Amino acid sequence: MTEQKRTESVTKAVEQPERVSRRDFLKLAWGAAGTLALLEAGGVALTFLSPRVAEGEFGSVFTAGAVEDFPPGSVTAFNNGRFYLVRMEDGGFLALYRKCTHLGCAVPWDQAVGQFVCPCHGSVFETDGQVLNPPAPRPLDRFPVLIEDGQVKVDTGTVIERDHASPDDLVYA
Amino acid sequence: MTTQDPRPESLPQRVLESLQRDELPPRDDRGRMRLVMNNLILHLHPSKVSKRALKFTYTWGLGGLALLLLAMLVATGVMLMFVYTPTPEQAYNDMLALRTDVYFGQLIRNLHHWSGNLLLVVVFLHLLRVFYTSGFRTPREFNWVLGISLLLLVVAANFTGYLLPWDQLAYWAVTVGSSLLSYIPFVGEGLSRLILGGPEVGAATLTNFYGLHVAIIPLTLMGIASFHIWRVRKDTLTIPRDVDEERPARVEKVTTLPHLVAREFVFALVMIALILLWASWVDAPLEAAANPDHSPNPAKAAWYFMGLQELLLHFHPVFGAIVVPALALVGLGVLPYLRFDMDGEGIWFRSRKGRQMALVGAITGLIATPILVLLDEYVIDWPSLMPRLPTIISNGWIPLAALLLLLIGYYAAAKRVFKATACETRQSLFTLLVVAFVVLTVIGIAFRGEGMALMWPWEVLS
Repeated sequence: MTEQKRTESVTKAVEQPERVSRRDFLKLAWGAAGTLALLEAGGVALTFLSPRVAEGEFGSVFTAGAVEDFPPGSVTAFNNGRFYLVRMEDGGFLALYRKCTHLGCAVPWDQAVGQFVCPCHGSVFETDGQVLNPPAPRPLDRFPVLIEDGQVKVDTGTVIERDHASPDDLVYA
Repeated sequence: MTTQDPRPESLPQRVLESLQRDELPPRDDRGRMRLVMNNLILHLHPSKVSKRALKFTYTWGLGGLALLLLAMLVATGVMLMFVYTPTPEQAYNDMLALRTDVYFGQLIRNLHHWSGNLLLVVVFLHLLRVFYTSGFRTPREFNWVLGISLLLLVVAANFTGYLLPWDQLAYWAVTVGSSLLSYIPFVGEGLSRLILGGPEVGAATLTNFYGLHVAIIPLTLMGIASFHIWRVRKDTLTIPRDVDEERPARVEKVTTLPHLVAREFVFALVMIALILLWASWVDAPLEAAANPDHSPNPAKAAWYFMGLQELLLHFHPVFGAIVVPALALVGLGVLPYLRFDMDGEGIWFRSRKGRQMALVGAITGLIATPILVLLDEYVIDWPSLMPRLPTIISNGWIPLAALLLLLIGYYAAAKRVFKATACETRQSLFTLLVVAFVVLTVIGIAFRGEGMALMWPWEVLS
């Protein structure tokens, strides 16, 4: 390239700063295409690996039984549904997820003291799921309870987290 | 026109030469170096090493031992793959079959189990060795970071392998361990579901963990390990020095073959013998088959997570499971990038003062950790002191800030009292934290019994 030509091209570049050379354009285009392909592959892999929901198992609606089967002040365990059906003294129903809100252990119901006591890290919950003793950071999660034709049904597909146990959580026949 | 074939006359010799190009056995040093250069496996070594770097009490052969264990894990792991089905129905039965039906089944499982656990210990000791001899100084900073990623991969390999026997120990340790993940802000819940393949540990989890354990993690591990070893060669070995010794102007070098290779070979043989002996006598644990309806009391995480689990008993879960470990990990990764104000490379504990200060750090950690654990267990109840505040502040930010202030205070005091360099003081603080972590782990393993209450080890066992 002669000196004069070089100066010309430099002036051109200065005059038209937005002009993208063919080389730069192709570099950018191929780079963008490569990034896009990578993102797509990542997306496909992630979606491919996403959990499948099993039908009819934990996650579906369970029919627990007739309202009369559960006397007030009782706690009944449903192992397949991973929940306890609690009937409070005033007759209100509550379905508690048995998974400890601390680190996921299965919390057993201790009939003798009337509390849920987690064996893993010593969290203690009241009958309505309220935390009596940490380290659990929040009350036991609950599932929606539906009462249809005198039958108590629990929808284990919807986990409801709560900051405090409240009487509003109870469902009456 | 005929062309002359320069290769040997006989066909077998031509085959042999195509496999092994150099003269065997090599006649002189030049031949030995060429052999190392041209051999795929030996090529991981430099062709010559400085004679002093071969000193066993400098490296303790820990990096090489980690590699040996990796090889043993691959060999025994592949064998186990042939007799194991990763389904909840079959996995536990396969464990029983290893005991009763498969020839050498229990031995191979024991070897795999103990090698895996030993590997964790060895990589941790390797990290300590490199730290205490300043092996991470320029140009080796990035290799230290690679080493930490290898440590994490070894932990991941152990954790995923922990589930595969599908006994009570496996099921609940993984339940507890994966629940830690769900405390990560925003993405935790999704991440936990993705890894478990559902809301709780089940068949999908076993499939996921099996895939990770036998394919993804080993391949990544071997890739990064090769990178790590190649980097060691490129960055050259550090030269051990006595405590007041200057850096030597000239270092005597010897050929890797036989000086290093022979030592490695003998060390590997001795270690294999010891591990075999151990694995023949001590069985890998196997409890009752996994039962999702019944958490054992106490449900403990894997032993290497017991320090973390102990933290969880004292902090709000977000801090015990996420904030404190993340801080520790970032701190560990940043260590070689901090400013050096002395040259301690190759000297155990950097200097005479460094040795005293490391001892002070160790003793402080040894005494202070149990005291703090007891205080938090029986005396201070943060949430009831500040009943109006949410526990994430009263049992999280506030105790963490108090702890950090104590550590900063220790750093400033140690630096002043000893008139020490930043490197020496940093080492003292690092020692304190490492000892604290080990003490927490020991408390978690040996002093936590039913309901995770504190008790004496003999009460825990009974």
